[in-house]
Amino acid sequence: MADAVAESSHGHDKHVFHHFVDAHQQFDASKMGMWIFLATEILFFGGLFAAYIIFRSWYPQTFVEASDSLNRAIGGINTVVLIISSLTMALAIHYIQRNDKGKTILFLGCTWVLAATFMVIKGFEWSEHFSEGMYAGKAYAYTGVTASHAYIFYSLYYLMTGLHGIHVLVGMGLITWLMIKTKRGQFSSDYFTPVEITGLYWHLVDIIWIFLLPLFYIVA
Amino acid sequence: METAAANRKTVTMKVRRYVMPEHSEKNYINQEKGLKSWLLTRDHKRIGLMYFMTSAVVFFVAGLLALTIRLELWTPAKTIIDAQTYNEIFTLHGTMMIFFFLVPAVPGILGNFLIPLQIGAKDVAFPRLNLLSYYLYLMGVIFTVVTILTHGVDTGWTFYAPYSIKSTAAVIPMTTGIFISGFSSILTGLNFIVTIHKLRAPGLTWGKFPLFVWGIYGTSIIQILATPVLAITLALVVMERVLHVGIFDPALGGDPVLYQHFFWFYSHPAVYIMIVPGFGIIADLIATFSHKRLFGYWFVAISTLAISFLGFLVWGHHMFVAGQSMVASIVFSLITFMIGIPTGIKIFNWLATMYKGSIRLKVPMLYALSFIFLFSIGGFTGVMLGALSVDVQLHATYYVVAHFHYVMFGGMVIALLGGIHFWWPKMFGKMYSETMARVSWFLIFVGFNVTFFPQFILGAKGMPRRYYNYLDQFQSLHQLSTVGSWILALGFFVMLGYLLHSLIKGEKAPANPWDARTLEWMTSAPPPTENFSYTPVVIHGPYEYQRPISEFQLGLINNDHHGGEEHEIEAPSGSPEMANA
Repeated sequence: MADAVAESSHGHDKHVFHHFVDAHQQFDASKMGMWIFLATEILFFGGLFAAYIIFRSWYPQTFVEASDSLNRAIGGINTVVLIISSLTMALAIHYIQRNDKGKTILFLGCTWVLAATFMVIKGFEWSEHFSEGMYAGKAYAYTGVTASHAYIFYSLYYLMTGLHGIHVLVGMGLITWLMIKTKRGQFSSDYFTPVEITGLYWHLVDIIWIFLLPLFYIVA
Repeated sequence: METAAANRKTVTMKVRRYVMPEHSEKNYINQEKGLKSWLLTRDHKRIGLMYFMTSAVVFFVAGLLALTIRLELWTPAKTIIDAQTYNEIFTLHGTMMIFFFLVPAVPGILGNFLIPLQIGAKDVAFPRLNLLSYYLYLMGVIFTVVTILTHGVDTGWTFYAPYSIKSTAAVIPMTTGIFISGFSSILTGLNFIVTIHKLRAPGLTWGKFPLFVWGIYGTSIIQILATPVLAITLALVVMERVLHVGIFDPALGGDPVLYQHFFWFYSHPAVYIMIVPGFGIIADLIATFSHKRLFGYWFVAISTLAISFLGFLVWGHHMFVAGQSMVASIVFSLITFMIGIPTGIKIFNWLATMYKGSIRLKVPMLYALSFIFLFSIGGFTGVMLGALSVDVQLHATYYVVAHFHYVMFGGMVIALLGGIHFWWPKMFGKMYSETMARVSWFLIFVGFNVTFFPQFILGAKGMPRRYYNYLDQFQSLHQLSTVGSWILALGFFVMLGYLLHSLIKGEKAPANPWDARTLEWMTSAPPPTENFSYTPVVIHGPYEYQRPISEFQLGLINNDHHGGEEHEIEAPSGSPEMANA
């Protein structure tokens, strides 16, 4: 126990804020904070999922027909892209824990590129929809779906994939910041909390997409 | 030895008594100077004071709006303002009071100031995030002020669709303001939960928390789980207005009742965001001023969590007449009744705490007693409104207005005032005039009852809420209520006077003026920036008045120091306590 005391008395290294006893406590606190934040994210999306359930039960035929108008291949490709990006994120954490900064930056970069790929594909997909008149709500002008209230399906589609897209963009920003800080040598196997908790965030973004895919692309 | 200790879940620590000076020359208020040191501070105590100032301004403005409403209702027809202005004023009164005062005030002011002190920490877990929370709140307030100065909103604080979609008023800036301040609420809750879990002093187990910590913990859980739903709901209202997405708009095949479900899924738990920290304050006050251990500690603590949990399952009682299914209404009604159980447990335990206690009727205790009286009225009338058949009669009448003012003002505001009078000496290091504080308490208590009790009668007689005109037969009760609002306002002006006087010329406060036992009283008044000059160690519960004060002032001894005594401290392995040992 005496060792433990000695350790904690000189344990204030430069990454530990003054109000924490040691790096371990700070890491635990940050991780717990991120888990709680993720819980709030689920409730944030939860409202939209609830709305989806209501309108799908009100207008089931509409959802079947409108879902057919989306391009499943594109949805599938994007899913693969995001799942691989989760893998590269996990690898980035793996390598920072082993103090390999080069590989950390490499895999953070891969994650960033995959996220950007996802957004570019999504952008092409949306503009394709717009050119066919598949707008949300009142501006809706698409004639391919015969069942009523199809615009509500597209409203939910744009709202949910849009909100998810915003989260991807935020994630890209965070990953950029992580790459800069890793390059400057601010992370190491002793201190990698931001990498770890950004990873948690990124996996949540991935998981939400895995729910969105069947709800919009594979209804029938 | 360490393994053995971990198995027993206790560790042995060398501690000694530390007595901090009564007054600290260098304290958190004067340690750093200049505006910048305040605006960029990460000190939880300073952030608490910033919340204090801002929410006091909000309360003042929203209070003036309330006085205007009451004045307009002096006569059955137009008195001073036209109908549209009247609609805008009651909307702003409700929105400001609820979203920018009642929700953020107790966690923002007292939570920020006290949680780290009460658990013996140096700060909250994420001080920068805490400052961000404050600025998000401030931004929300600014959006509201801009709305007042430009357009005004006439939807009522509930923003019910479809009117909130069709109204030409400035719904978007207002909801944006609430959306932003919602994130402030979420981040505050997150910060407190992590702080309470991870930054406790050695020995401070969950069974030794002051009840205020339990109150904030329960509140934080509601804040993080309910607020995101409000955020997405208001975002959908904005989308509905801008893009006509058809989610809530019945003209486009949407569902306005869905809006109500979403709104109350947040706004009913929000009632508990407002009142649960108040419960915590009251428990601390009653135990301290009865000088007796809190009766049924675990019942009071766990009932806090029970209320937080049940609060999520009753939102449908706002919608008994909105066309929800009868089965749903019956279930919601039943669960609403059940909330009376944990609330009753609290009230009985507070009363049992006072029984045979040595009660000192200081001003904070007067507020605590008023709380029990007024909140019981608010709670009982709430149970009545939760009964299906009664609610059909009373829905959207002044009875509801009176009920929630008894809960929100008679409960939350009274608890906040009690808390502010209790912790004022610690926050500012100054005492206030006890006599003037009693006068002010009396005026507020009488004024509040004169204002709102007649509204129960008005509602029972059929006076609908939010109406600009009313039948002649209601005039005398309306006038009585208006007179009450003046008494209430006078009470607050007296309070403003003696509190300002206390700041400028008040006597210096001792560190522990109420002979309390919790950690915040063991540091100087006002506390130094780092809160404690030692690492506090807690070996007794928060209300063990029979034990000498010296046993509450223990702290870890540095390794090289000799002497002191050894104590076995309960600590789960891997916890901060272990790290400390």
